[in-house]
Amino acid sequence: MAEPTRAPDEHAAEETETYVYLCTSCPLGCRLEGDAVDDDVIEVRGNSCKRGIKYGTQEHTDPRRAVSTTVWLHGGPCERLPVRAAEPVPKQKVREFVQALQGLVVEAPVDFGAVVVSDVAGTGIDLIATREIVSEHGRELVG
Amino acid sequence: MGDERVRDVVIIGGGAVGATLARALSRFHLDVALLEWQAEVAFGVSKANSGIVHSAMHASPDTLKGRLEYPGNLGWRQLHDELGFGLNNVGEVLVALDDEQLVRIEQIRQQGIRKGIPGTQAWTAERTLHAQPNLTREVKGAVWAPTACVFNPYEAVMLVADVARRNGVTIAEEQRVVGIDPPDVEDPDTPLTVRTETDVWRGRFVINAAGLFADDIAEFAGVRDFEILPRKGEEYLLDKRLAGIVSSIIFPCPSPVSKGTLVNPTVDGTIMVGPTAQTVDDKFDPSTTEEGAAQVFTNARKLVPTISERDIIAEFAGLRPVSDTEDFVVGPTERRGFINAAGIQSPGLTGAPALADLLVDILANEGLELEEKADWEPTAPHPVRFNQLDTEDQQELARRDPRYAHLICRCEIITEAEVRDAMDRGAHTLDGLKFRTRVGMGRCQGGFCTWGCMQLLAEHQGIPIPEVTKRGAGTWIVCDRDDHPVTTARTGG
Amino acid sequence: MPITAQPRHLLSRYDVTVVGAGPAGLAAAVAARDQGAERILMVDRDPEPGGILLQCIHSGFGLHEFKQDVTGPEYAHLALERVVERDVDVLTNTYVTDVSRELRVKLMSPDAGISTVDTGSLVIATGARERTRAAIKIPGERPAGVMTAGLAQKMVNLHGYLPGRRAVILGSGDIGLIMARRLTLEGVEVLGVFELLPFASGLGRNVVQCLHDFDIPLHLSTTVVDIHGHQRTDGVTVAPVDDDLQPQLDRSWDIDCDTLLLSIGLIPDAELARQLQLSLDPRPGGPVVSSTMETSLPGVFAAGNNLHVNDLADWVSQEASAAGAAAGDVALGRHRARQDVTVTPGRNVAYVVPHTLSTERSQTVSFRVKQPIYGDTKLHLGDAHQRKVRAVVPPEMVTMKVSPKLLDGFAGDTLRVDAIPVEEEEES
Repeated sequence: MAEPTRAPDEHAAEETETYVYLCTSCPLGCRLEGDAVDDDVIEVRGNSCKRGIKYGTQEHTDPRRAVSTTVWLHGGPCERLPVRAAEPVPKQKVREFVQALQGLVVEAPVDFGAVVVSDVAGTGIDLIATREIVSEHGRELVG
Repeated sequence: MGDERVRDVVIIGGGAVGATLARALSRFHLDVALLEWQAEVAFGVSKANSGIVHSAMHASPDTLKGRLEYPGNLGWRQLHDELGFGLNNVGEVLVALDDEQLVRIEQIRQQGIRKGIPGTQAWTAERTLHAQPNLTREVKGAVWAPTACVFNPYEAVMLVADVARRNGVTIAEEQRVVGIDPPDVEDPDTPLTVRTETDVWRGRFVINAAGLFADDIAEFAGVRDFEILPRKGEEYLLDKRLAGIVSSIIFPCPSPVSKGTLVNPTVDGTIMVGPTAQTVDDKFDPSTTEEGAAQVFTNARKLVPTISERDIIAEFAGLRPVSDTEDFVVGPTERRGFINAAGIQSPGLTGAPALADLLVDILANEGLELEEKADWEPTAPHPVRFNQLDTEDQQELARRDPRYAHLICRCEIITEAEVRDAMDRGAHTLDGLKFRTRVGMGRCQGGFCTWGCMQLLAEHQGIPIPEVTKRGAGTWIVCDRDDHPVTTARTGG
Repeated sequence: MPITAQPRHLLSRYDVTVVGAGPAGLAAAVAARDQGAERILMVDRDPEPGGILLQCIHSGFGLHEFKQDVTGPEYAHLALERVVERDVDVLTNTYVTDVSRELRVKLMSPDAGISTVDTGSLVIATGARERTRAAIKIPGERPAGVMTAGLAQKMVNLHGYLPGRRAVILGSGDIGLIMARRLTLEGVEVLGVFELLPFASGLGRNVVQCLHDFDIPLHLSTTVVDIHGHQRTDGVTVAPVDDDLQPQLDRSWDIDCDTLLLSIGLIPDAELARQLQLSLDPRPGGPVVSSTMETSLPGVFAAGNNLHVNDLADWVSQEASAAGAAAGDVALGRHRARQDVTVTPGRNVAYVVPHTLSTERSQTVSFRVKQPIYGDTKLHLGDAHQRKVRAVVPPEMVTMKVSPKLLDGFAGDTLRVDAIPVEEEEES
């Protein structure tokens, strides 16, 4: 749990905040209700399993998203290479993360899981290829 | 494309009338240009209709359209032999559902006999159901007319235009006419000058075969004495699974204004139901409507009760250029050299080849010299319809050209070789390919083949993918991303 | 590892032929091989195996099949690795255009020409296709710019083109939701997702992560009633619908857009099934199958989305494993499990796959509910089995494992599958 950052007298006046999230841990989509005091989650309700509590807490304190996108591919069987962030990206950084890849071109061949870019947009998170591109297909990039 | 050269004939409108006329003129030593405002020929009225070469018994012989109907029927069959577009001589079953209708359909049959239509028969209910077992049990009798055919009008018109081009006619697309210069009072023999958005065309004779826009073209020439009232017809195509539900064109007993809703086994094996007939204001309104669908299916089920909206795989609406005279508007005008071929409503598609011959006669009367070419070639290599060949013939083709073993459209079994042949004959848009080869017309409606077609179109024309269009200017399909390749990452590999 | 493996030469006869190399085909080929079938041919129309997975670049795949959350291309890679380890003939760029009832398979490919092979058994794994504008009869003009979401996904994710600049999405299927996010991240303005039904047809997590995260409005009980534009789409009209799903045109409004993406559902691609005159179940739209996914024509199996449209690729792989293994057994002339129990959809159940069960083997029953139940729900398999779940919703496929023990004493019976709210059941 994070230390309170405000003065103790202010913290004492803090109200309990109740928030609602739809759990995305599995397709069931439980409607979670959580109570938090000053960003500290004190209770999560409405979950069907333990993953719900973890999701409800994480979503309130540090929401993150799996990010996948594509970049230009040169010499492959198609024009775009699918890629993803090696680990979940802070939710508010998602657009910036994808934006940083604009204009990037990767040359074939590409190994499955190869790091395409390290530390994208200062997030400390690498970009990895999600498809193996075997050999030069000798095709010109269009676009 | 246009230039200062004075052509013998400039035809405005690349539909069934313009194309058959271009072909008819191509047999003579003449300089002929065919102008089409859309991206490809046959993209207007000729594209969206029931696709029927009528039996020729319906229209009264007292009208021009009635007189041209049967010769036109024979003309299309000859063109089919020469050019190889899809045409099936399936015949027509004109159905009566009550005693009054029995009388009416017999009158239509007698009219056909007077017009010289061979082979018609009056059928009992039993005979009718024997031939068409899926018809309603309510049927009281029918008239059988063996002369009716189904065909792909766009494919036919495109091949007719292609054979005209092979015989020297200039085919110019995306040529929207914006004006015709006023006559030269000093010298009435001055050729007509037709201005399009991009070019100038000059012709001793100008044929107004502009379909829905023929009244506007006549106005440019200063001789607008008729109006075109677009009449909309909605058509619905049903899944091939229903092939065989009817084996001939099923007509209801007609009402005074319309032939009614037909059930029609298309050359491609789908079943088409329609059309509606609704006069509309907008010449650009090819929209289908919920009311139209309801009307078509209610009417179709009166003939074939098992037909269902659930089986729709495609729908479209076409506009028929009905003139306020209710007949064709054909012939010379007060403007010297300007000849109308307008108001070509149903059965105008059927009559087109005969109308072309009539227009040649009119041109001759007006002073056009007709000298036949010794080397005129009315036939052209028939397009291959791979999906209709047996396996041995398919294998033989694929051995000669592996592109016959490369499928572009899996629903309709259309090969790369057929798509390339269509492009060689002038197709340069997705719709152009679709109407020539049927790519994208099947169950998935282009979901699978669109990308393959776009690649082939881009390669054939040497253009980037975003310049490939559905049907010409303004109909782009995809656009470029904002980013351009600037940095390169190498990952090893 | 070579991701494509062309056969050294095409044999004239195979034990098992698998049509399609998506998640179903890949899993079926592996299972058939592991069952002991030696000559296995897998055919795919695309240049590389993987099927639609290759354009599904998002994550959410593999939690069941590979015990990790991976993207579509990664799932394809992992599934293909298993195939490549096993000496299967993979023929890409190839169509199966025809199969006779004697199981002679006609192949077309630019490399191999047009040829036929005989096969001991056949697994149809051809996937699904998207419903199009024609299927739902949207009135209006026919401009460019109306495209299925899956085709747009292919353009964006494989070829690097955008379907337009301002898009409206009709239908809240998963592909539509995923594409709403995808297009937004690529700079396309997504003006809203419109759903005819009062609930989203895609998974809840996609509503959250693809729409809520990007402030894309989801309009439930609302549909597109008109499309405008002579050339390119320049707008659509949308309207709310009443309880009978009829548009309330007096409450309609116009949206300026150049693109309408359709995400209005998938239909099993049952073309081969039709050609082979297999019995079809109209509701999911695919063939009627036994507990081993064998169709009405002995030796022909179906698995994956051509049988019924699944919500997760993982279920496709599992179902196809069963089909592939049984196809291997049949090719090798082994005993077929007796199919002695019939299953049929009951209360609030849209369809059930498979259509028969065996008291001799374990199997999985999959079904979809018609209406969502947001509360404790009792699932019944006749009197043989019942199970309580927290909630059932139409986007999510429900599965039940059924062991021979559960079916003991039910041979010859028909078992009805019901999904009933617990409270309602307690009242009655």
